[in-house]
Amino acid sequence: MSTVRAPTPLLRRLWLSTDARRLAACVAGGLVLAVMTGPEGSGTAPTSGFTGSLGNSRVIGFVVFGVVLWLLMTARQRYGTEIRAVSDRLSAAPRRLLPDKRVRGVFYLVLLGIAIGYPTVLNGFWQEVLVDQIGVYVLLALGLNVVVGYAGLLDLGYIAFYAIGAYSAAYWTGALPVHPLFHLNAFYAIPLAVLAAMLAGVILGAPTLRLRGDYLAIVTLGFGEIIEIVANNLQGVTGGAQGVIGIPHFSIHFLGVVYHWGLGSLPYYYLLLGFIVVVLIAFHFLENSRVGRAWVAIREDEVAAESSGINVLKYKVMAFAIGASTSGLAGMVEASKIGFVEPGDFTVQLSILILVLVIFGGMGSLPGAVIGAAVLQFLPQYLRVHPLFGFQQQDLYLYLGAILVVMMIFRPVGVFPSRRRKRELGLAEHGVGSADAMESTTGPIS
Amino acid sequence: MLLQLADLEVRYGTIPALKGITLDVGDGEIVTLLGANGAGKTTTLRTISGLQRAWRGTITFAGTDLGHMAPHEVMALGIGHVPEGRRIFPRMTVLENLEMGAYRRRGSIRPDLDRVFGLFPVLGERRKQAGGTLSGGEQQMLAIARSLMGQPRLLLLDEPSMGLAPLIVRDIFAIIRQIRADGTTILLVEQNATQALRLADRGYVMENGVIVMTDRAEQLLRDPRVRAAYLGETAGAGG
Repeated sequence: MSTVRAPTPLLRRLWLSTDARRLAACVAGGLVLAVMTGPEGSGTAPTSGFTGSLGNSRVIGFVVFGVVLWLLMTARQRYGTEIRAVSDRLSAAPRRLLPDKRVRGVFYLVLLGIAIGYPTVLNGFWQEVLVDQIGVYVLLALGLNVVVGYAGLLDLGYIAFYAIGAYSAAYWTGALPVHPLFHLNAFYAIPLAVLAAMLAGVILGAPTLRLRGDYLAIVTLGFGEIIEIVANNLQGVTGGAQGVIGIPHFSIHFLGVVYHWGLGSLPYYYLLLGFIVVVLIAFHFLENSRVGRAWVAIREDEVAAESSGINVLKYKVMAFAIGASTSGLAGMVEASKIGFVEPGDFTVQLSILILVLVIFGGMGSLPGAVIGAAVLQFLPQYLRVHPLFGFQQQDLYLYLGAILVVMMIFRPVGVFPSRRRKRELGLAEHGVGSADAMESTTGPIS
Repeated sequence: MLLQLADLEVRYGTIPALKGITLDVGDGEIVTLLGANGAGKTTTLRTISGLQRAWRGTITFAGTDLGHMAPHEVMALGIGHVPEGRRIFPRMTVLENLEMGAYRRRGSIRPDLDRVFGLFPVLGERRKQAGGTLSGGEQQMLAIARSLMGQPRLLLLDEPSMGLAPLIVRDIFAIIRQIRADGTTILLVEQNATQALRLADRGYVMENGVIVMTDRAEQLLRDPRVRAAYLGETAGAGG
């Protein structure tokens, strides 16, 4: 008989296995998430936060989430190259399947047809989500994409321009405590609101865009705070913390055409859709123009761009102003749709949220900005009304943070990256240059 | 004189970097600016091309005062700057890099592309390759070629030999000679004093923000002080 070797205890073997340890960490992470997003404890029942979230059926969802994350990580480790090849082929598919310009045109028309037709069969709740949560944020993401994705400028106070658009709407329609120079129908105030936001962008941008990277981020962060605090405290002008009410809906009386945007969401949806299409076409041409090339150069290396004869400041201010006016447009439309504005709508979290939408979709990519905004804005609403998940709005940023972390691990270029950006990140992974132009290379001032 | 610096002073904050530089470059010359690390050579070039603000003094290029001009305006006047450390666009292809160099120009850049591909055949072979994937020498060539795309009258070269193998340095210096023969004036900043002086017509030697010596290149090559300080003839010397 051979000698009997004591078997390694099961627990010890598990502990030695990386996979098992990682699985434990993932599940534990899921449980922590369940507790953090579950009910709160109270003074009389301090442990009810734990029992309420762990003894509830929703804990299953979070454990499943942990296991799925573990599966993803393990699969990536074992079959990383294969997965990457498949995902590359998938993301290249639209371009391969639609090589012909005409075919692509038809494809876009079909998409547009769906965007026009589908909302009519939705119920009122989803129509509203389509305007307030998706349409407006798609527009915002498209604008920020110019600033962050094209020009590589990190703007953390982007929502301020949205506020300026919204307050402009209130000003020109006479809803603010101060009286406007002349009263305007909300619809005709749109250009003025856009102009105001653009001007704010130029005024903020001209002096501060000499700064690089992190310094610019801090200045824009400060600007966003200033706008919010001013809106809160300048009671006589902005109506203070309660905000202003009574911003009228849009209406047109022009050359015999009479139309009034009422309480329904659909008319606003179609107006937004029109704006989004116009913005998409304009930005597409901009991206491939001289201006777009200058932005790429600035993003890659500012000093080299300057040495190549590019007026760096001019193009940065231009990107900033274009982004700001898009944001202002979104603010104007939303203000007229819901009829009131309050400073609480313009917190720094929203600037961050829009940035997350852009990063999620793929920086510098127009389809990315649209898809990123649409998906990330749709999901919370869906999960909120879905009985199984019981998503709470205040947990939104927890999930967004988790999504960002997972994205950065598995797909740092975003869901729908631009071809150029993908190359940039691909090279950065091999140590050529850095992944984005938001770094400071030589110091605060160029 | 094509370029004249008179009494140029530059400060970083309160720290003086250039303490009154007077220097000139004649049309068609190769002039080299030598000196140890921190002597102010790069600052001089950056100030000429507008990347750095002058504190006092004047810079005149072909009769135009460059004071307070932005880099793109200086570039439009016909000054090309190949910055220290090359600074190509790493994620753009070679061709895109060259097109950026011609950013301010209208009309066809075909002849210029042919010219730089003639000067640097290796760039022609790699025109579709990302700039960041080139070797150090190729990147230096790309940086010079990108500058040439702007059709400069004066080319500012900041240490083109930095970090490169001697054979490649020799190639690059030969091309610099060719660029001058094609009619571009050159102001060359170098630490590689021997080769720079063999190439140049005249030279300036800088120390701590001032010019301490200037002469014809062959004179400087023979000067014992230069030999001691920059050509490493005495033990412990060198830059």
